[in-house]
Formats: sequence, structure tokens, C-alpha cells
Amino acid sequence: MIRLVPDHATLINRTACVEFEFDGRVVTGHAGETVLAALMRAGIRHLRDAPTDGAPRGAFCCIGLCQECLVQIDGARIESCRQIVSGGLTVQSLGRPADG
Amino acid sequence: MAEIYDIAIIGAGPAGANAALTASEQGCRVVVIDEQSKAGGQVWRVKSAAIAKAPDTPETVAGNALRDALSISHAVHMSDTQVWQIEREADDWAIYVLAAGRSRKIMSRALVLASGAREFVQPVPGWTTPGVVGLAGATALIKQDMTLPGQRTVVSGTGPLVFFVASEVRRHGGTVAAIVTPNHRTEWLRAMPFMAARPDLLWRGSIWIADLMLARVPIFWGYAVSEVSGGDTVTSVEVCKLGPYGAPIGRVSTIHADSVCLGNGLIPAIEAAQLAGVPLEHRPDLGGWVPRADSDGKTSIAGLFVCGDSAGIRGAAAAEIHGKLAGLSACAFVGKGPSVAPVGMQRRYARAARFGMAMTALSIPKPGSDGLTTPQTIMCRCESLTRDDITTEIAAGAQSSNAVKSGLRAGMGPCGGKFCQSAIARLIAKTEGRPETDVPPPTPRPPLRPVPTAALAGDFDYADLPIPKPAPL
Ligand SMILES: Cc1cc2nc3c(=O)[nH]c(=O)nc-3n(C[C@H](O)[C@@H](O)[C@H](O)COP(=O)(O)OP(=O)(O)OC[C@H]3O[C@@H](n4cnc5c(N)ncnc54)[C@H](O)[C@@H]3O)c2cc1C
Ligand code: FES
Repeated sequence: MIRLVPDHATLINRTACVEFEFDGRVVTGHAGETVLAALMRAGIRHLRDAPTDGAPRGAFCCIGLCQECLVQIDGARIESCRQIVSGGLTVQSLGRPADG
Repeated sequence: MAEIYDIAIIGAGPAGANAALTASEQGCRVVVIDEQSKAGGQVWRVKSAAIAKAPDTPETVAGNALRDALSISHAVHMSDTQVWQIEREADDWAIYVLAAGRSRKIMSRALVLASGAREFVQPVPGWTTPGVVGLAGATALIKQDMTLPGQRTVVSGTGPLVFFVASEVRRHGGTVAAIVTPNHRTEWLRAMPFMAARPDLLWRGSIWIADLMLARVPIFWGYAVSEVSGGDTVTSVEVCKLGPYGAPIGRVSTIHADSVCLGNGLIPAIEAAQLAGVPLEHRPDLGGWVPRADSDGKTSIAGLFVCGDSAGIRGAAAAEIHGKLAGLSACAFVGKGPSVAPVGMQRRYARAARFGMAMTALSIPKPGSDGLTTPQTIMCRCESLTRDDITTEIAAGAQSSNAVKSGLRAGMGPCGGKFCQSAIARLIAKTEGRPETDVPPPTPRPPLRPVPTAALAGDFDYADLPIPKPAPL
């Protein structure tokens, strides 16, 4: 089929892979990208549960404003759309049964 | 002792970075502060360090040129730095910034606000489902990390952004399940005379649409997303036709998708201007409430200037020139450079602004578009408050955005009201039969960005997201 907008997916070269953990699951990302991007490519969209009604939530604004993508890293809460991936990072979701 | 600059600029997008370049060329000591790692703002957001190589786009080329110019200029660029409070201190400005977990103060004689915009999304049932991202937000994910929100995406929204995002989804190897736009083709025809001033963009837009048509992507003109279904991720999207005033008229089709990009245009980021006390005016043709300012960025407050989309949504091309104009105004205030900007520059700004406003016009909310928000729809995402919860509060006497905020905490959650206050203000106006000009946005309270209280003491702990105090009624 004729494409006027070419598919560039195969022309994107990323830096070496690194592994980190999200709620105990090993996720592969690339050093320098956001935790959110790595989770999204791994198909993980459900990042936390809303504190009031417990409903599932995921990233929304993608620019660090809405706080929907908050996760816990080293006991600190941080927006996964602003946190940069590095190997060995341990990321936990907020308000999911796993962390009570 | 805090550092003292002639001019401090908040935001290193096309507006702020150009203000910085212009002012430093005139010999001013300039600092430009931005929370992003590199200059470029939203439109020219830099690719992450994880992208070793990728094809260039017009946005990367323009952004790289701006970043190169800034790096060889004398302007100081504080990146990864958030401004959380501004205050007057004698005749100067005190700017409180947070970087690497520490808060500190920067002083300047003049202050230029170039903080850009954020997006407006009319709440619909299911819009809190994981997999639904903002339409403008999707551009950030795609530009910075070259990552898509899903594999099969419904792209929905107003203006040119919906076609840009859809074509970027295709360029990155994703599938566009459908395009849904509340705009009718007649609205685009009305914008055509303005488009003629930008043949480059007209050409690019035509390619996007022709490509989508060749790929047989359904384009729903005059439609909106009326419901998103799915548990912990999106599974399907329902779209409905809109009546002449933008109200939903009947349920139509269900589209299977794992993700949705949803947006209804942009709102100027005016909190910093509000903190500084600049009077506001209601300008739907500029995206809603804007700080009152001249075309050269001057406000009624001595030494305070606004430019770019934070002064009204006029788009990236206008933001660039507006930044230069505001940069010159700030120079003149500190006694440097020409007292009047070159006529050619003013004329180019007016031309770019006309084009940008024709695009903004495509996103002006129609009177019936709030009908998409059903009584059970969550309006305040942070506190999970539905339209019913908020209407009850209004019926109980809350007549202003501030009153709803202190009664229900709507707008007091971690997002600081950035994603609910416009829809809530419109709801108050409608419920009480008052004009929207009667319901200004709530009084902002610092911090502009969540500041862990420990950062003020020097020790940083993210666990302490402070909740702003209730605003006075
Ligand atoms: C999410 C998003 C995506 C967009 N994508 C596009 C697009 O793809 N194409 C397009 O034509 N237009 C896009 N726009 C519209 C955009 O507003 C452009 O018109 C253009 O970027 C405006 O330039 P600007 O310099 O006025 O603001 P911006 O480019 O938004 O720059 C403002 C800068 O200020 C910084 N900032 C704001 N507040 C603070 C603070 N408190 N502390 C520190 N830094 C701060 C931000 O990080 C940002 O870099 C987008 C808007 C948004 C909100
Ligand atoms: S997605 Fe909004 S803060 Fe990260």
C-alpha cells in the first residue's frame, strides 16, 4: 500500500538495554528514557490506584503536571513521566494491594 | 546572597528562549529557567538521551537550531529547574526554584513569563482509564521518547493537533483505529484563507490527511468520544455525533482500541502571572483566561512581561517573535537596547498571530460540548469527584471556583486544579445562568509545582507532596 507518511519505526536506534523492576516484574528500558516510556512499551499502563475510589489510573498529561503517573522509587514518590530509567531501579506502584 | 540578573525568564520554549537570546544580545545579564532537561518547550521538545539515532523532523531541526544558539549565547540556562514561587522584593523579583532536591532564590530586575500552555480535556465517562492520554501529552511522549501510548489508538481532538498526532502514530509504526474530531470540514474551510499564509504547514497537513485516507483510517468529522471502556486498560471507545452547538446527539459506533489520545485545545498557563498580580481577561479566542498585556509583552506591573502561549494561544511561530518582542521590552525596562521594537518584527508577529489564532478558533469550546460530561463522570481526577458531586456543591451555594475548591477540595489535589478548573468554572456558569466571564479561575497558591517541604530545609523527600492551603473565598 502507498504510504505518504513513511514508517520510521525501524530507523529508530536506541542506546543499550537496561533492566529495572516494576512491582517485581522485570522491565527492559533504555538508559536515558523516562520510566513511563519503558513501561508503556512493555504494555504496562495501569500504574497506580486512585486514593479515593481505588480505580486504576495511568499516565495522562505526560508532561509532569497531572501527577497521575506517580510511582514509588526508593521510598520517594515521583512522576514516572519525569523519572529517567537506569539499570537496577526498583519501581513500585502506589495504592495497589502489593504495597497495602 | 542570591544571584542577581537583569532579566529572568521562566520557560525555555520558542518564546522564552528567544527572549533570552534577544536580551543577551543587547548586553543584559539573563537567566532562563526551565524544568525540562533542554530548551525547546513543548513544540520543539528534545529527544531523550536513549535515542541514539532517528530521522529528523521539522521540529527537531528547529529545536536543535534554538538549542545551539542558546548554548553559544551569554544567557545562563538553568535546566531541570522548576520555578515554584515568585515574589516582589523591593523593586526586584525573587524567584524560588527547585533543582536536584534543593530550593533556592534567584533575583532579577525584570521578569519575563513564557511558561506556555497546558491542555484542556472535556471529561467523558471512562477518561480516567489507563491508556487514555492527552492529545498534546501524546506529542511529548512521542517526541521525547519516540514511544506510543498503545498499538491501536483512537486519536480524538480539535484543530490541527489531531492530524499531527495521528500521522506521528503511523510514522512510529502504530495503528490509528480512528480519528475523531468535533470540527466540521466547514470550520476548516473558514480557516483556509489564514492557512494560505503558511503554505508549508498547509502542504504538511495535506500529506497527513491524504496518507490517512490512503490507509483507510476512518475520520469522524463533527464527532466526539463519548465513552471509554476498559478496566485497567482501554478496550474500546464509543463515539457520537455532535449537534450544531457541539452537544452529543445520539450514540453511534464502538471502536476497538487499546489507547486513546484525547484533547480539546490548549489553555494558557497563567498561574505565574496571577501570582504576580497581573489582571486577567476572558478571551476564548486566545484559549480562555489570559493575563492582560500589550503585543510587546508589557503588563500593568512594572518590570513584568508575558509572551508566547502563556499570554494567549497563538502557536509556536508567533511565540518565537513574541519572545523577541518581550525580550526587547524587558531590555528597555533595565535601560538597554532600543526603546521601540523594529516595525518589521511587530508586523511579522501580527501575521504569525493571525495564523495561530485561526488555529485556536478551531478549539473554542462550543456551548453544548459540556454535555459529554455525564452526571457520573469524574471531573476532578485527583479526588475522583463526579459532575454530580460538584453540582451538589454549587446548589449548596458555591458560586465561584474558589468556593468549590475549598468545599470539596476539587482543584486542591496534587495537580493543583490544572486539569479540572476550566470545566468546573464552565459548569458553575451554566448551572447559575451566569456568563463565563463571571467565573474566573481560582486564586493560585504557591507552590506552582509540588515542592516537598523538606526541600525548603535542604533535605529532599518526595513523600511530602504538600497540598496547597484553601484559597480565600
Ligand atoms: C503538552 C503540549 C504539547 C504541545 N505540542 C505541540 C506540537 O506538537 N506542535 C505545536 O505546534 N504545538 C504544540 N503545543 C502548543 C505549544 O503551546 C506551542 O505553541 C509552543 O510550544 C508554545 O511556545 P511557548 O514558548 O510559548 O511555550 P512552551 O513551548 O510550552 O514552553 C514553556 C516552557 O516553560 C517551562 N515551564 C513552565 N512552567 C514552568 C515552571 N514553573 N518552572 C520551570 N519551567 C516551567 C516548560 O517546561 C516549557 O518548556 C503543545 C502544547 C502542550 C501543552
Ligand atoms: S503523566 Fe501527568 S504527571 Fe506524569
